[in-house]
Amino acid sequence: MDVLLLSRLQFALTIMFHYLFPPLTIGLSVVMVYLEGMHLWTKDGRYHAAAKFWTGLFGATFALGVVTGIVMEFEFGTNWAAYSRYVGDVFGSALAAEGIFAFFLESGFLAVLLFGWDRVGPKTHFFATCMVCLGGMFSAVWIVIANSWQQTPAGFALVEREINGIVYQRAEITDFWAMLTNPSAAHRLIHVYLGSFVLGAFFVLSVSAWYLLKNRHAEFARRSFTGGLLLATTASLAQLVSGHLQAQNVAEHQPAKLAAFEGLYRTEQPAPLYLFGWPDDERREVRFGLAVPGGLSFLVHEDFETAVPGLDDLKEDYGEPPVWITFQTYHLMVAIGMLFIGATLLTSWWRWRGTLWEKKWVLRFYVGAVALAFLANEAGWVAAEVGRQPWVVYPSLIDGELMGGLRTSDALSEAVEASQVLWSIIMFALIDLLLFAVWVSVLHTKITRGPDWDFPESAAAEGNMKGLLDAAADRPDHDRSLTEAKDGGRENEGGGRRDGSPPGTS
Amino acid sequence: MDLGTLWFWLLGVLLAGYAVLDGFDLGVGILHPLAKSDEDRNVLVKTIGPLWDGNEVWLVTFGGALFAAFPEAYATAFSGFYVPFMLLLFALIFRAVSVEFRHKFAHRRWRRVCDWGFTLSSSLAALLFGTAVGASIDGVPLNARGIFVGSLVDELSPYALLIGGLAVAAFALHGAMFLRLKTIGELRERITRWAWGCYWIYLAAFLLATGLTLAFVPHATRNFQGFPWAGLVVVLNLLALANVPRCLMRDRPREGFLSSGGTIAALVFLFGVALYPNMIVSNPNPAHSLTIENAASSDSTLALMAGIAAIGLPFIAAYTFIVYWTFRGPVTPEDAATHH
Repeated sequence: MDVLLLSRLQFALTIMFHYLFPPLTIGLSVVMVYLEGMHLWTKDGRYHAAAKFWTGLFGATFALGVVTGIVMEFEFGTNWAAYSRYVGDVFGSALAAEGIFAFFLESGFLAVLLFGWDRVGPKTHFFATCMVCLGGMFSAVWIVIANSWQQTPAGFALVEREINGIVYQRAEITDFWAMLTNPSAAHRLIHVYLGSFVLGAFFVLSVSAWYLLKNRHAEFARRSFTGGLLLATTASLAQLVSGHLQAQNVAEHQPAKLAAFEGLYRTEQPAPLYLFGWPDDERREVRFGLAVPGGLSFLVHEDFETAVPGLDDLKEDYGEPPVWITFQTYHLMVAIGMLFIGATLLTSWWRWRGTLWEKKWVLRFYVGAVALAFLANEAGWVAAEVGRQPWVVYPSLIDGELMGGLRTSDALSEAVEASQVLWSIIMFALIDLLLFAVWVSVLHTKITRGPDWDFPESAAAEGNMKGLLDAAADRPDHDRSLTEAKDGGRENEGGGRRDGSPPGTS
Repeated sequence: MDLGTLWFWLLGVLLAGYAVLDGFDLGVGILHPLAKSDEDRNVLVKTIGPLWDGNEVWLVTFGGALFAAFPEAYATAFSGFYVPFMLLLFALIFRAVSVEFRHKFAHRRWRRVCDWGFTLSSSLAALLFGTAVGASIDGVPLNARGIFVGSLVDELSPYALLIGGLAVAAFALHGAMFLRLKTIGELRERITRWAWGCYWIYLAAFLLATGLTLAFVPHATRNFQGFPWAGLVVVLNLLALANVPRCLMRDRPREGFLSSGGTIAALVFLFGVALYPNMIVSNPNPAHSLTIENAASSDSTLALMAGIAAIGLPFIAAYTFIVYWTFRGPVTPEDAATHH
C-alpha cells in the first residue's frame, strides 16, 4: 500500500472519529446555557438539575473531542509535511488563532463548569457555561475558516522562497480579511452550527424518549423532549435554507464537487436532480436513479432550463473527485435532513395537539434517530472533503484566472514511510475503538443514573450555603425543605443518586 | 528585534508555559503509584482534575503557533519525529482517558487500569518531550531542503534519552512540590519525602546533563559568548535549584513550587539559547539547519500573529488566573470522594 492512500485513510479515520464529538458538545452547550439561564431567571431548581444532568454528558464528550483534536493538529505535520510547508503561512495562522482565542477560553471555563458547581455562585457558573459555549463556537469559526480557505482559497498569493539555494513555492497571506471571509466560509460555518444544533437536539430527544418509554423521570423527559423538539424543528428547517445556499456556493466555486454531488458526468441542459442512484464511473452515468427533471438546474440557477457543467467538461481544470462516495454521502445527508424536517414537523403537530406521549412508536423512532443525526453530520463532512479531491487546496479563480491549487498527492510528508503510517493507523483504530466503547458506556451509566430531578425545588440544587440563603430569601414558602435540602444537597452533589431511582418519578 | 526572532522567543514562552503548567500534572502522574491507598490516589487525581486540560492547551497552542510562524520547522520536526510524536499522541490520549474516566465506573479493576494508564502515559509523555528537546539540541540529519533524512536511531541518541530522563525527574519534582500545596495531613508528609527523593534524582540528572552538554555538544553553549546576560539565567536556575531543599526544610510550599517551576522555565530558556538562531539543527551537516530566517512565515503573517497574540495573551492570563483561583486550596479526602 502506498503512503498516499494510507495517509488519507488515517486522516479520514481521525477526522471522522473526532467529528462525532465537537458538534455534539456545541449543540449540548447551547442546551446547557438555556437551562442555566432559565434557572437563574425562574429560580426553579428543576432547571438546575436538568442543566447538571446534560453537563455530565457534555463533560464526557468534551474530553474526547479534545484528545481526538490534538491528533489532527499533529497529523498536519507528521503526515502532510509538504502541505504544511505550502500553507503554513495561511492555514497555520487560523489554527494558531483558534488556540489563542478559543481553546484557552473553552478549557479554562470548562474547569469551572464541570468542577465548580459548589465553588462558585450560580451566576458565575452560568457565565462559565456561556464562555464554554462561546469557546466551542469560536473554535468552529477558526476551523471552518481554515478548511473553507482550502475549498475556496482567497486573500493569498503564491510566493517563491528559497532554502539553501533551493527554490520552492508557497501560499502567503496578502489580505487577512479576504482570507477570513473567503467565499464559502460563512455558508459552511452556518451549516456546521445548524448541524451541531440538530445533533444536540436529537441527542436530547433520544435520551428523553428513552426515559418516556421506560417510564422514568417522566416530567423531566417530557419537558426536555419538548425543548429538544423545538430546537430540532427550527434547526432542521433552517438547515434546508442553509444547505440550499451552500449548494449554490459550491456550484459557483467548486463546480466539480457539485457535479460529483449529483453524479453529473456530462454537462446537461436542463440538469436532473437525483433523489437516489448509483453513479457508474465506467458508463459515465447514474444507474437505477430516480430524478427530478431540471431539478439541479433549478437548484443552482433558479430556473429549469439552464445548463449545469458536468465532470467531462470540468475534468481538465479541476480533476475528478471519487464520484460514488461523494454522491452517496451527499444524498444520505440530504435524505436525513428531509426526514428530520418531516418528522419534527409532524411530531410538533402531535405535541401541540397533546397526542404525542401515547405514540410509543414515535418515541422509539427518536431513541434511534440520534444515530441518523450523527450520520448526517459525518456524511456532510465526507461529501465536502472527498468532493474537493484530487485537491487539498482547491484551484481558485482569481481576477478571472484559474490559479493552481495543491494536489493531495503533492501534500505528503517526504520523510515518512508506508510502514510507519500503517502501524499508526492500526494503533489509532484500536485506541479509537476503545475510546468509543468507554464513551458509550460512560454515557450509558450516566443516562441510566438519570438527573437529580425532584430536589425540593431550587434550594438544595444550589448545593452551597449561599444558594440556600438566596433561595430562602426568594421563596419563603420553601423554608420547610431547607433542612432536608442541606443534607440531600451534599449527598447528591457528586452528580447523581447511585441507585438511579429518584423518588417520586419512577 | 525582527519579527522572526520575536516569534522564536514567543514560542519559547508558550513552551515554557506548557512545561511549567503541564509539568506538574505530568509529575503527579509519574508519582501516582507511590500512593498506596485508593483514597490517596483519589486525592492525587483530584488535585489536577480541573487543571490538566487547560495546561495541555499550551501545547496545542504551541503547535499551532509553530505551524503558523515557522511552517518549515513544524513540518520537518513533526514528520521527522514521526514515531516519537505518534507515541506521544498515544500517551496523551491514554492519559486523558485515565484521568477523565477513572471514576466513571465503580469497578476496582477499571480503576487499577486507569491508575497504571495515568502513570505510564505521564511518564512516557515526559520522557518523549525531553527526548525531543535533547535531539533538537544535539541535531538530526537534514538534507539541503531542510527535510529529515535520518532514522529513529538519530532521534533516540543516548544524549537525547538522557535529556528525556532529566525531564521525567524535573516534572516529578515539580509534581511533588505541587502536591505539597494541594494536600494536607499525613499524606502531605509522605509527599514531602517523595519530594526529597525526586530532588536528589533531579540534581544528579541535572549535573550529568550539564556536564555532558559542556563536554560533547559544544554548539549548545556557543551562544553564551554572544549573549553573556544569558549567564544570569544559569545563576537564577542554580538559585532556584538550591531554594528547593530550603523550602522543603522550612516548609514553604508556595515558594518551593515556584522554585521547581522556575528551574523548568530556566531549562526551556536555556534550550532556546542553545538553539538560537536555529529552529532545527542539522547534524552532521550544520549548513543544512533550518533557521529563524529560512523557516519563518512571511513578515506580514508574523506581524498579524503578533497582533493576535497581543490581544489574546491578556485574556489567557485572566482565564488561567480565574481557574487557579477558583480551585485554590488543598484537596481533602472528602473532596476527593465526590466526582462530577
